[in-house]
Amino acid sequence: MTLPLLSLQGITKRYPGVVANQDVSLTVLPGQAHAVLGENGAGKSTLMKIIYGSVKPDEGQVFFEGRPVSIRNPQEARKLGISMVFQHFSLFDTLTVAENVWLGLDKTLSLAQVTERIVAKASEYGLDLEPDRPVHTLSVGEMQRVEIIRALLTEPKLLILDEPTSVLTPQAVEKLFVVLHKLVSQGVSILYISHKLHEIRALCSACTVLRGGKVTGMCDPREETNASLSRLMIGAEPPTLAPEPRTPGALVLQVHGLSLPKQDPFGVDLEAVRLQVRAGEVVGLAGVSGNGQRELLWALSGEDRRAAPQAITMGQTPVGAMGPQSRRRLGLHFVPEERLGRGAVPSLGLAHNLLLTRREALGTGGWIRMDALSTQAREIIARFKVKANGPDAPARSLSGGNLQKFIVGREISAQPTLFIVSQPTWGVDVGAAAQIRSEILALRDAGCAVLVVSEELEELFEISDRLHVIAKGRLSPSMARADATVARIGEWMSGLWAVSAKEDDHVAA
Amino acid sequence: MLRLEPRAQTSRAWTWGSPLLALLITVVVGVLLFAALGKDPWRGLQMFFWEPLKSGYALGELMVKATPLLLIALGLAVCFRSNVWNIGAEGQFILGAICAGGVALLAGKDTGRWIVVAVLLAGMLGGMLWAGVVAWLRDRFHASEILVSLMLVYVATMLLGYLVYGPWKDPAGYNFPQTKTFEAVTLVPRLLSGSRVSLGLPLALLAAAGVWVFLFRTRAGFAQQVGGLAPDAARYAGFSSRRALWTALLVSGGAAGLAGGLEVAGPIGQLTPYVPAGYGFAAIIVAFVGRLHPFGMVLSAVLMSMFYIGGELAQSRLGLPKSITGVFQGLLLFALLACDTLVNYRVRWGSTQARQGAV
Repeated sequence: MTLPLLSLQGITKRYPGVVANQDVSLTVLPGQAHAVLGENGAGKSTLMKIIYGSVKPDEGQVFFEGRPVSIRNPQEARKLGISMVFQHFSLFDTLTVAENVWLGLDKTLSLAQVTERIVAKASEYGLDLEPDRPVHTLSVGEMQRVEIIRALLTEPKLLILDEPTSVLTPQAVEKLFVVLHKLVSQGVSILYISHKLHEIRALCSACTVLRGGKVTGMCDPREETNASLSRLMIGAEPPTLAPEPRTPGALVLQVHGLSLPKQDPFGVDLEAVRLQVRAGEVVGLAGVSGNGQRELLWALSGEDRRAAPQAITMGQTPVGAMGPQSRRRLGLHFVPEERLGRGAVPSLGLAHNLLLTRREALGTGGWIRMDALSTQAREIIARFKVKANGPDAPARSLSGGNLQKFIVGREISAQPTLFIVSQPTWGVDVGAAAQIRSEILALRDAGCAVLVVSEELEELFEISDRLHVIAKGRLSPSMARADATVARIGEWMSGLWAVSAKEDDHVAA
Repeated sequence: MLRLEPRAQTSRAWTWGSPLLALLITVVVGVLLFAALGKDPWRGLQMFFWEPLKSGYALGELMVKATPLLLIALGLAVCFRSNVWNIGAEGQFILGAICAGGVALLAGKDTGRWIVVAVLLAGMLGGMLWAGVVAWLRDRFHASEILVSLMLVYVATMLLGYLVYGPWKDPAGYNFPQTKTFEAVTLVPRLLSGSRVSLGLPLALLAAAGVWVFLFRTRAGFAQQVGGLAPDAARYAGFSSRRALWTALLVSGGAAGLAGGLEVAGPIGQLTPYVPAGYGFAAIIVAFVGRLHPFGMVLSAVLMSMFYIGGELAQSRLGLPKSITGVFQGLLLFALLACDTLVNYRVRWGSTQARQGAV
């Protein structure tokens, strides 16, 4: 039997009030792609941080290449040959891609050499990246590519990936998998954290399932089904959503040929975007990040008010020049992609974060009724099963998935007539994702018009009635879900819908 | 070896413990300083921490100096919480003093008592005008409010100098650079005989309560602070950043101007080149030591006032230079900034086993 590359034995890590890992053991063989599966709060991230040296276990031992090691910090981990791509990026916004990568490496190389190596690695693995662009102009998907390149440049023996595909197109995921398969065939081991069961089954030959900080199963995912993996992970099967044909109601949102020049040099110009969303339907917006989604959502939410008033209408009201508060008064509620810092103020409690978009707890003159505010927060926490330390827990103390549940809950419980949500389930575990999707569908059934922007096609296929694709700032015609295939959407994502669109014109009308 | 470990959440205890520890450090350094200067440290400390408290009159003087500090700091707290860095409250204080003085000079022997209201309103408007210049330059040209507000302090000082050396000089004042003393009707009413404490004190306490309500109990105050905490969230919510900028500067300018008005129509009673006493700068320290919280600032204003009085006493009784006040203020701010590390970090006597926190 081959010597394991990495082996954890009896790892326990306690935080005040919670045991993140309890007696966790895990073995990764050289050249093995090993999945770690679990819900939010199952202890996956803590376990990875222990391996990467940023957290110290209370008990247990880590073995690397057969020797007991105590990894004190990420630098030591990298020296051993362990590299990690985090779910939350650690990039400096004001620096360029190359400078960011340079910072993470030892200082023996010049910036020019690093740039060269980035270009080489990027083309070797088909990761499209311009080394000279400042990071703040990149989309989330592009930022992740920076992280992946940075990890690859250290030539790791073990590569840890935390939810790496959540922001990639199907084509990009395939490309990434080509990269990962290539790495595995070169003898590199991969620890792969994901909620996407089909990905784990496509990539990994071993899987450790965590639930509540404990190992609940070890298996070969290729021999399992999605359902059996889900059972191991959440102890029950996720609720399935049955699609049924729908007859949408009145027009709620219309975008009439909206064109907007980009606001920063690396943004995207919106070109003649036409879009309609009706009451009681979910319209999905697919596309690779960085193709104008951000810009379109700014214009729709009112954060960008440069549009002509008539370019965007809600019902009969021209709203193009209205701010977010006025649009909210007309029934528009919006969940942005960035949760911390945009959807919520990190340092403020959940209750206070309600005040960003909700006014129910306000008295005359904008007086905040604290009791009412707390009660309102408690109701949302209960209804959307948010794991939080009460209504005053700071937003940043919540895990990504739980904060998303809270923000989605905040907007859905406002009973909007138009609901716009971006990346509703990014980084959210299977159980919570299913819950969020079913809440969105319940909203639709109640007659709300819903626009979902997502880079997860599966999700769009699951909840949308119609689909659009956005590419290079232009919006494709709409496509009924029944006509949508991954191949066709993928083609449209490159902006090639001219030919296939004709037959769908009647759908868009 | 000493290590800093990031805390998962900011420490509530240290948020308020840090100013106390900073005060302790200031006192210890102060003792060393007195000893190094060959003065009795005990006497020195007495000047700062006992003399200002020991009699009714002394307490009154303490309040007289704490009033402008508190008023200015309240305005600054609104600014700083909105991420607007108004460093020039001193200039707004001076403009307030000039405008209030200008109105006071208009009064004659038979003017009614209502003139006090006009004097104070003029002070407030003067401060708002001066801060409004900062807001406008920031809004229109993206000029740094830090530099602009600071530079305007010197413009205001020059303006005051021009007026008291020139057009407003008291013709019967033996050519001293000062205006004539204001008519008695223009002076802010005092609360008690035998003490200089005026209506300004309850006004400042009322303002503290008002700022607390605004910041923590109204949506407008909430919106004001979100812009400082998370600009993208403010934009998402639809809170106007321009409105926050103007509100912050007008409130702090108005408060500083009111303090200037209270000062000239109170303890000073005329305009002289010595109106600016550094309250506008000291209030920055008051604001941070008081954690930008209205009640905390009431305490820190009193503390800073003790430094002022203690400095004067140290000068007259111990023969120390008056700049000892500035030394103490600076020490306190420095110690506070250092101690504030404890709010976000935990100090560990780390062996080599200790790990550093997350990357």
